[in-house]
Amino acid sequence: MTDNMDREPMLEMFIFETYQLIDQLEQALLSFEKGAGFEASINEIFRIMHTIKGSAAMMLFDNISTLAHSMEDLFFYLREERPENVEPSKIIDIVFEGVDFIKAETAKIESGLEPDGNSEQLKEKALEYLQHLKNSNPSSDNAKYEAKKEGTKESHENVEQKYYISSSKNTQKLMTNKYEAIIFFEDGCEMENIRAFSVVHDLESVAEIISYVPEDVMENSDSVQTIRDKGFKVVFKTDLGLDEVKDRLYHTVLLKDLQVFLTDDDLEGFEFIENKEIDVEQKEAQSNTEKKNIVLDDINEEQIKDFDKKSESGKASLENVKEQLKTVGKQSVISVNIAKLDLLMDLVGELVISGAMVTQNPDLKGLTLNNFSKAARQLNKITGELQDIVMSIRMVPLSMTFQKMNRIVRDMSKKLDKSVELEIIGEETEVDKNIIERITDPLIHLIRNSIDHGIERSDERLEKGKNPTGKLVLEARNAGGEVWIIVKDDGKGLNREKILERARVNGLIHKPEAELTDREIYSFIFLPGFSTKENVTEFSGRGVGMDIVTKNIEMVGGSVQIDSIPGEGTTFLIKFPLTLAIIDGMIIAVGCNKYTIPTIAILESFRVKNEAVIEDENGNEMIMVRGECYPVVRLHRRFGIDTEVTDFNEGIMIMLESEGKRRCIFADELLGEQQVVVKALPKYIKKVNAIAGCTLLGDGDISLILDIDDIIQ
Amino acid sequence: MSEVINEIQELVEDTQKGRYLTFAIGKEFYGIEIKYVTEIINIQKITEVPELPSYIKGIINLRGKIIPVLDVRLRFKKEAKEYNDRTCIVVVDIEDISVGLIVDSVSEVTSITENDIVPPPDANTGFSNKYIKGIGKVGDEVKLLLDCSKLLSDEDCDSLAKITQ
Repeated sequence: MTDNMDREPMLEMFIFETYQLIDQLEQALLSFEKGAGFEASINEIFRIMHTIKGSAAMMLFDNISTLAHSMEDLFFYLREERPENVEPSKIIDIVFEGVDFIKAETAKIESGLEPDGNSEQLKEKALEYLQHLKNSNPSSDNAKYEAKKEGTKESHENVEQKYYISSSKNTQKLMTNKYEAIIFFEDGCEMENIRAFSVVHDLESVAEIISYVPEDVMENSDSVQTIRDKGFKVVFKTDLGLDEVKDRLYHTVLLKDLQVFLTDDDLEGFEFIENKEIDVEQKEAQSNTEKKNIVLDDINEEQIKDFDKKSESGKASLENVKEQLKTVGKQSVISVNIAKLDLLMDLVGELVISGAMVTQNPDLKGLTLNNFSKAARQLNKITGELQDIVMSIRMVPLSMTFQKMNRIVRDMSKKLDKSVELEIIGEETEVDKNIIERITDPLIHLIRNSIDHGIERSDERLEKGKNPTGKLVLEARNAGGEVWIIVKDDGKGLNREKILERARVNGLIHKPEAELTDREIYSFIFLPGFSTKENVTEFSGRGVGMDIVTKNIEMVGGSVQIDSIPGEGTTFLIKFPLTLAIIDGMIIAVGCNKYTIPTIAILESFRVKNEAVIEDENGNEMIMVRGECYPVVRLHRRFGIDTEVTDFNEGIMIMLESEGKRRCIFADELLGEQQVVVKALPKYIKKVNAIAGCTLLGDGDISLILDIDDIIQ
Repeated sequence: MSEVINEIQELVEDTQKGRYLTFAIGKEFYGIEIKYVTEIINIQKITEVPELPSYIKGIINLRGKIIPVLDVRLRFKKEAKEYNDRTCIVVVDIEDISVGLIVDSVSEVTSITENDIVPPPDANTGFSNKYIKGIGKVGDEVKLLLDCSKLLSDEDCDSLAKITQ
């Protein structure tokens, strides 16, 4: 661990893990606050604090580990004693403060600074409250609790010692440790004897095998039954530490249960070990027998090794380890650098193109190649799937971002003494990772604004005949090839007059006031330096913020709309363009160009008979469909493309809908439907009217994606 | 550590310094600094993008990366010419913007020392070309050295963006 090369990845792991744990912790705290599964939450919080403590101590971040330790103590007490008069909100406040501290420190570590914050005060607070709880619950169990606590502490030290000893031993002596391992294989895994032999074989590379029971594993097939019943017992000598041996054995395939002890038999070299060490070793052996029944699922071995190092012995830790194993099973997730994903995506794109170059090679024209085309189809299928997967990897559900808002709503409503309930809808909606990063800050701003300015105090709400608890809805959905995020509150709504007046004062109105729509007026609040709030609060009102919201959203090519009904609430609608979202698209041809229309915007497509087409005096064409009249846009005219298909009878008419408006576009032909990944146009070109982005088709061609809103407006 | 990196970078820049990729447009030869050039590819299928100035021919798919391509001929307000198998796209990377430049043909990479570069005649003499930052002499020939950033940064394009917004 003193090795510098080792430290970097460990530090990274620590940072990653801690952030993840903190996120989990916040979730647990919030559900704890809601009173849901009181017990489960306490266990979860205790476990997380314990893990943070362990890893922080390992990395020598004392301020974090001591704070986590005090929190852990608090929850240990709660869990063991279940005191009567607990004030969950107070505990949660204490823990949240602690969480914030840990978060801030971890951020410092991440940016390469020393985590120098002082956690003493927070620690005191936690201990104080613990003392307070203890005093108010002077049950006889207190002694028991203390004793238990002492117990854990002591054994904790043992564990640390054990680590020290085992590593020092490695360097000093050879083949000095004698172990006895009993291995059980999964039920019904068959051929236990051969598996057992392979274990022996594997151990031979690092250890000297003394004996194993049953001895005749290879010769006697009856040994299978013995191994099934009693397990396979190996005695061997090695210079590896207990942890290493365990780690090695855990790699055994289809392992169900494993017990490893140090045996007390005399061995050469054993005399060199001091008395005290023997003592500790025996203890170690004991503590490990206590742990022997850990059931293994398909778990990451490294984690187990970690836990072995970190976890305390005794009952508490046994439970702990089990719990940790459970959650480890859930996290079958790794973090990958986005740049690598981008690279992978480009490479797959290249693969698709070169695939097409082979299968559609001009040299093959005119040849009948049955087997070749079979193989080529298979290749196409696989590359297609590969492409789909790579593209979907970048998509991340919004749930993490949305769940973060829970915390903000809670803090805000507490500070402002308002009662607010947050409802989350559609958190499973998937959005490109880049967008998620950009969306978090705007969302926080909008939610803060809604709670601060929108939702009234409970008494005020009661007076107005509303539910005293304000409601905030955070919703995400896919709509018309866009992603919509809606933040809706049922507060007092925006003050149209006030905004108008303010806009007038700031000289923001550039057209006759009577012509301004409500939406336009409300949009003024997104301009820099605009705030109707006279008194600035901690959270909002300085007029910065709302313009950041729009800026951030515009950076990913999105837009924000506001709707507000006085007295009933305000709705913010954030729309993201298709940037990098995967959409279902209809590919159409116009001249030699291929365009993609988001399928969701298409109502129908049909062939026309000329008599249904009407032309007005300005040359605008319209078409009658089932008694309704729709304007027609000829794409080739709109985009200035040469095409032979200019007669309505020859091409195809596609009816599109966006925001309730319908329009028909005229194209040469439909080429087919396909899932496409939207890419932004190169920055150099900037925004082009009526084009939302572009996408790569299977053959490597680029297809432009039409911006339906632009076409219809 | 960082010093070493700096040294390496200096070294790289040194080897690239004074080296120009030359290409032909019509009868003239032009040169661009080699450090801007990422690769040279054959002309390939270009997807038209509507409502752009005519010299931006559209976009191409460069191994999954979508980059715009400019026709340098049209950029210099010369007559358009049919693309043939000598036509190349020179992919340049200027201030993190990748752009393909369509040129009649690519000739070679040459070294032109600073002593052999003279500033372009100034506008008073009736010669005005904002894209040329120098004239390099190689033997008997003359190469017009392009100012890449001016080639891209573009009042026309900016104003266009404003209109379409």
